[in-house]
Amino acid sequence: MVEFFTTNYFGIFLLIVGQVLLIVVPLLVALAFLMYADRKIWAAVQMRRGPNVVGAFGLLQSFADFIKYIVKEVIFPAGADRFVFLMAPMVTLVCALTAWAVIPFDDGWVLSNINVAILYIFAISSLEVYGVIMGGWASNSKYPFLGSLRSAAQMISYEVSIGLIIIGVIISTGSMNLTDIVHAQSGDYGLLNWYFIPHLPMMFLFLISALAETNRPPFDLPEAESELVAGYQVEYSSTPFLLFMIGELVAVVLMCALISLLFFGGWLSPIPGLPDGIHWMIIKMLGAFFVFSMVKAIVPRYRYDQLMRIGWKVFLPMSLGWVVIVAFLAKFEVLGGFWARWAIGG
Amino acid sequence: MSVADFAFYAFAVVAVIAGLLVVTAKNPVHSVLWLILTFLSSAGLFVLLGAEFLAMLLMIVYVGAVAVLFLFVVMMLDIDFAALKAEMVRYFPLAALVGLVILMQLTLLYGAWTSAEGSAALHMAPAPDAAQVDNARALGMILFDQYFILFQVAGLILLVAMIGAIVLTLRHRTDVKRQNVLHQMWRDPAKAMELKDVKPGQGL
Repeated sequence: MVEFFTTNYFGIFLLIVGQVLLIVVPLLVALAFLMYADRKIWAAVQMRRGPNVVGAFGLLQSFADFIKYIVKEVIFPAGADRFVFLMAPMVTLVCALTAWAVIPFDDGWVLSNINVAILYIFAISSLEVYGVIMGGWASNSKYPFLGSLRSAAQMISYEVSIGLIIIGVIISTGSMNLTDIVHAQSGDYGLLNWYFIPHLPMMFLFLISALAETNRPPFDLPEAESELVAGYQVEYSSTPFLLFMIGELVAVVLMCALISLLFFGGWLSPIPGLPDGIHWMIIKMLGAFFVFSMVKAIVPRYRYDQLMRIGWKVFLPMSLGWVVIVAFLAKFEVLGGFWARWAIGG
Repeated sequence: MSVADFAFYAFAVVAVIAGLLVVTAKNPVHSVLWLILTFLSSAGLFVLLGAEFLAMLLMIVYVGAVAVLFLFVVMMLDIDFAALKAEMVRYFPLAALVGLVILMQLTLLYGAWTSAEGSAALHMAPAPDAAQVDNARALGMILFDQYFILFQVAGLILLVAMIGAIVLTLRHRTDVKRQNVLHQMWRDPAKAMELKDVKPGQGL
């Protein structure tokens, strides 16, 4: 039986499909509740009650929304480029989901343990901008087009700083494999070994860049209601709109997973002695998601020129400077290899 | 046919067809989208060759940045599709001639290509064994150790090109309203807004 799944092509294919489903299905189900949590947190900050009608405490609200979205009619704007119009939400969702192939949830619990995992995620997240640009252009309408132009500039700008921030972590680890990055953060002192201490300023920069990269408030300028109605999503309805929404939220959860893997030790236990495991990973992702929701609720939206300014004039020089500093700290093994985990066999 | 063979043919066929569609697509935006598909398929071919680092770089640099800028520019062009098509018909014979000449030259070049006896041994072999060192590390050792000076010079040339482009295009317009960021940041919050302590569950 085991041989069938490791040697026969059909068996290998079935095995991979099974693993993919094992990641995607729990992710999408969790997404429904994350969307609910997002709205509840947002409502609590604004002293509203939030969704509370469908199911106990409104828990089934996302599923009701889901049914409503898929049974509505798909409307094509006049003069829209139909093929590109329908491709755009699919590109968004598929890119957001494929990035999960290299995310390790526990030691060895990873679909594809490749050496360039972090570059792969970086490459896939740079593809996500195409969903937004294609959607905005294919709608053949002014607001979506302006929204897509904004997002093109925004996402490219913040990719640069995210890339430089990640380089600091890669220098400390000496590997681009996410499993290796987590292993490099293990040690005798639990959470004191994690990268958020040696790379503290970069953790904040990564969090802010992740908000900008995923078009979340306060950087949701491609879909700013007060200026562009809903930006590139204006002409979308029904299932394509749902795909855009799911794609965006999957990208946000991916950023939560990346923050926990890169800076908070992934599945490692914060207290020495407690067993490591997937539950720590999930708790850390939920914590990061809570921060994302709170930021959405309490921070006012940026102006577009402010967004571009902090991207290019603040974040880029800071992260570039940090790469140089970390390179020296790691090379000369300052503080007994605090920044050079490869040197001390961590 | 092994899985790798199948993947090779899938990527290769998609790359060639998408490459043809780049040229023949009527709408320039579609051309750029097909170009992106060509890049992605080439990245797949790189992975099959075991050059996963190059594949990721191709995706990050070309698909993630260069093609986005292409799309950005092409989307904003005001194009008359009929005129574009007429031009394509007009210039097709010339383009076909140029293509034919290049094809002939390449055929002649590779048809007559011979290597001297023992020249393979003269090739430098700086790349370490692929089984022991992953190719990001191997590339790093070559770029940053062996060809360090050339790498730095290449970086300098790019920097000069970048500064040149900025100098050529930078112009200070006086008829636009500018944001003075420092002035905005020095504003005193106490003068601009008032903070109220809101009791939970009561509102203002």
